[in-house]
Amino acid sequence: MRREDFPALEQTVQGEPLVYLDSAATALKPRAVIDAVTGVYARDCANIHRAVHTLSQRATQAFEATREKARAFLGAESTDEIVFTSGTTESINLVAQAWARPRLGPGDRVLISGLEHHSNIVPWQIVCAQTGAELVVVPITDEGEVPLEQVEARLDERVRLVAMNHVSNALGTVQDAAEIARLAHAAGAKVLFDGAQAAPHLPLDVRALDADFYAFSAHKLYGPTGVGVLYGKRALLAECEPYQSGGDMIRSVTFEKTTYASLPAYLEAGTPNIAGVIGLGAAIDYVEGIGRATLHAREQDLLRYGTEALSSIEGLRLIGTAKRKVGVLSFVMDAAHPHDIGTIVDAKGVAIRTGHHCAQPVMERFGIPATARASLGMYNTPEDLDALVRALHEVRRMFA
Amino acid sequence: MSELRELYQEYVLDHGKRPRNFRAIEGATHRGEGYNPLCGDRITLQLLVEGDVIRDIAFSGAGCAISTASASTMTETLMGKTLAEARATFGAFLSMVKGEAEPDYDALDKLAVFAGVAEFPMRVKCATLAWHTLNAAIEGAEAVTTE
Ligand SMILES: Cc1ncc(COP(=O)(O)O)c(C=O)c1O
Repeated sequence: MRREDFPALEQTVQGEPLVYLDSAATALKPRAVIDAVTGVYARDCANIHRAVHTLSQRATQAFEATREKARAFLGAESTDEIVFTSGTTESINLVAQAWARPRLGPGDRVLISGLEHHSNIVPWQIVCAQTGAELVVVPITDEGEVPLEQVEARLDERVRLVAMNHVSNALGTVQDAAEIARLAHAAGAKVLFDGAQAAPHLPLDVRALDADFYAFSAHKLYGPTGVGVLYGKRALLAECEPYQSGGDMIRSVTFEKTTYASLPAYLEAGTPNIAGVIGLGAAIDYVEGIGRATLHAREQDLLRYGTEALSSIEGLRLIGTAKRKVGVLSFVMDAAHPHDIGTIVDAKGVAIRTGHHCAQPVMERFGIPATARASLGMYNTPEDLDALVRALHEVRRMFA
Repeated sequence: MSELRELYQEYVLDHGKRPRNFRAIEGATHRGEGYNPLCGDRITLQLLVEGDVIRDIAFSGAGCAISTASASTMTETLMGKTLAEARATFGAFLSMVKGEAEPDYDALDKLAVFAGVAEFPMRVKCATLAWHTLNAAIEGAEAVTTE
């Protein structure tokens, strides 16, 4: 990895070199990803799975090669278990509507945690309203952890599905996914992990985790926006009802009867985001070229550095102090509201996120309206965190 | 940085920290609730209107410096004004912070310190939350959200 690989870093913001600390919202893209996407439009511009001409063959091969890359990235058994979607959000909605909805009824339960992103709350609220099932929430601790005994205490034969994030976007907490899956399975429930924030930071192995479904987004993994992956165990994906219907997901159509394609095409109706998927392939290559274990180790060092540096600022309180975390530093300051913090540090060229991070229940749990959040990507350095700390001292001076 | 100083003038920082008319009104005739879900800012605005005149106006809630200072200045500016004047000032304020017009400094008076908001499009919602809440309160709408 070289910082020069990321063209977005070659700019100044408000006259200062850009310090990008908002990778949990979306990661910057390396040149290899940008080139892969533009290459599709500039050269291999064709629809996939349809024509025999050369361009279509090239596009189809690159598209399906990404499916293999995603399979290997997740440690899945088969490419049939890799469904391309528009993002984590669509992956979760697909499971909610195509798999859960036909199976849920009054008396059934879906279990989530108090640490979820709205995209792992609202689809379950909707499917529960549609089916009469009940949504149950596992509370979180002051450190921002989901205690396993609290999960276990809510698991019984009524729970059909446990849907939890693998890593929290608001606080950076890493869940013990393997143990959650074990507990869920022991109670006869299936388990879905929202891996949007895990995929960029952790080595993943869906078979070792024994995940039934696993979702992530390309854009947080240094890939393009508008592309995501849903992993599902083959038998479970096969149980899904059609999610969307139309071209590509059928085998044959007459006005009397339509037969469906096999997996994964069955769950991928219509022309997909071809360039985006191919860009995801380039992103996976880029990340694997460095190695997730290497990235993880580097990031943990930086996280420790940042945690200490921020903790040394008077009147600053870190929100989310779990034992296992990725590079997310959420905080509030006595001196200023997160929104004011965001504007002032932006004037120093430092990009952080402020707000509720699509996790309003988490904010409510801590009794705060919002946090400021610095989140790390592979291009960040200790100097970036030093720049943040300097900017936060400026906040304190201004509001002193 | 100079744009930042324009936004966070001493006056704004002062009203952000020590908002004026930050209280409840006994026997208020009008009430509005404002909420900006993106940043969690909340405001409750109360008015005591006699005939067409705003006899008292006050607010409570929690928000960033810009939204708090804006609410504080709004209450100071509108105290004793008619509802028609309040509506006109709302219009002038909106077009100023959205950068749509050269500010009408006479009509805006102290509110002109918020002219710098126009350079920060992401903060317009903060500056206007109190005003949209006012509008809802005097037009009798339920609650407003800006985001
Ligand atoms: C934990 C988590 N889940 C889900 C999502 C939704 O991802 P997307 O917007 O890419 O569908 C995000 C992104 O913000 C996230 O951080």
